[in-house]
Amino acid sequence: MSEHDDHTHDHKHDHGHDHDNGHAPHPFQPDIEDGPITEYMVLTRAIGELMVEKGVFAAEDLREKLEYMQSRKPALGARLIARAWTDPAFAARLERDAMAAAQELDIDVGVVEIRALPDRPGLHNVIVCTLCSCYPVMLLGNSPDWYKSREYRSRVVREPRAVLAEFGTEIPAETELRIHDSTAELRYFVIPERPAGTEGWSEERLADIVTRDCMIGTALPKPGAA
Amino acid sequence: MAKRRHHDMGGLDAGPVEISDHDHAPWEKQVNAMLRLLADPKRGVMTVDELRRGIEDLGPGVYDELSYYERWISSIGNILLEKGVIEVDELGRKMTEVEARMRAAQDETSKAAAGKAGA
Repeated sequence: MSEHDDHTHDHKHDHGHDHDNGHAPHPFQPDIEDGPITEYMVLTRAIGELMVEKGVFAAEDLREKLEYMQSRKPALGARLIARAWTDPAFAARLERDAMAAAQELDIDVGVVEIRALPDRPGLHNVIVCTLCSCYPVMLLGNSPDWYKSREYRSRVVREPRAVLAEFGTEIPAETELRIHDSTAELRYFVIPERPAGTEGWSEERLADIVTRDCMIGTALPKPGAA
Repeated sequence: MAKRRHHDMGGLDAGPVEISDHDHAPWEKQVNAMLRLLADPKRGVMTVDELRRGIEDLGPGVYDELSYYERWISSIGNILLEKGVIEVDELGRKMTEVEARMRAAQDETSKAAAGKAGA
């Protein structure tokens, strides 16, 4: 579920299909793969076609779901944080019930609980899923590859300062680090502190400096980044 | 003390984090979308917990060899077979047919590209 994907699915599929051959409705035709065709690509498409043939889901359902997943991006989470930085009452609501606060901004967060983890002076939060790859996809889009890696999952709970340093993020020794292990039923995202030097900024400009990694906790927002 | 299973890696030693990411291939996006459709309570074909159990059951060797969405689709396939939603034989037949179609489509594309390059 990637995150920096500008692919728009607007190409044409006009390679001369014959619909008069008496076969069932045409199978869903995803994009042509660029690289070598692997067993897993074949398995994926085969299962997809069997599901459509058996009526488990329709080709149209698959197309819609693909489009919907493309719409989940870190910009959604960034909007919540920029609003929280400029509206203390909203910040309080976001901390209390992130799902309801997201709905205030018309952001669809689904049904699985997502909880906000506010940073404070002297406290920094980081998220992980040590057992698998749970992540607030509805708010941040797909997780990056490294979030799902053995290295991150193993080490961030034991030596978070060293892991964050690998991201170029130095957390002062006196700052407490809290690492939150996500589950299938409860996912988290970090509300970083608003950085100095952003006084008077608009919500849009603030949202631009809240990157995906800032909401995972492996980076801090920087005013120079916008 | 019970021995850890291979997916239970929190706190273990490991190398530096390789800060990498990639744009997902079309088939990876399809795996993701299909899981969401299958796990939608209105269909109730499988749950996310079953997906995870299926991934954990792949065993230590396979778990580390496969890429992320390769693990997912392997688990989805096994669970659909286990539940009798699909049969081994029909999956095999479908895979043969799909592979032939995918190869033909790729050949067509590369021929068209070669034709354009030569023009």
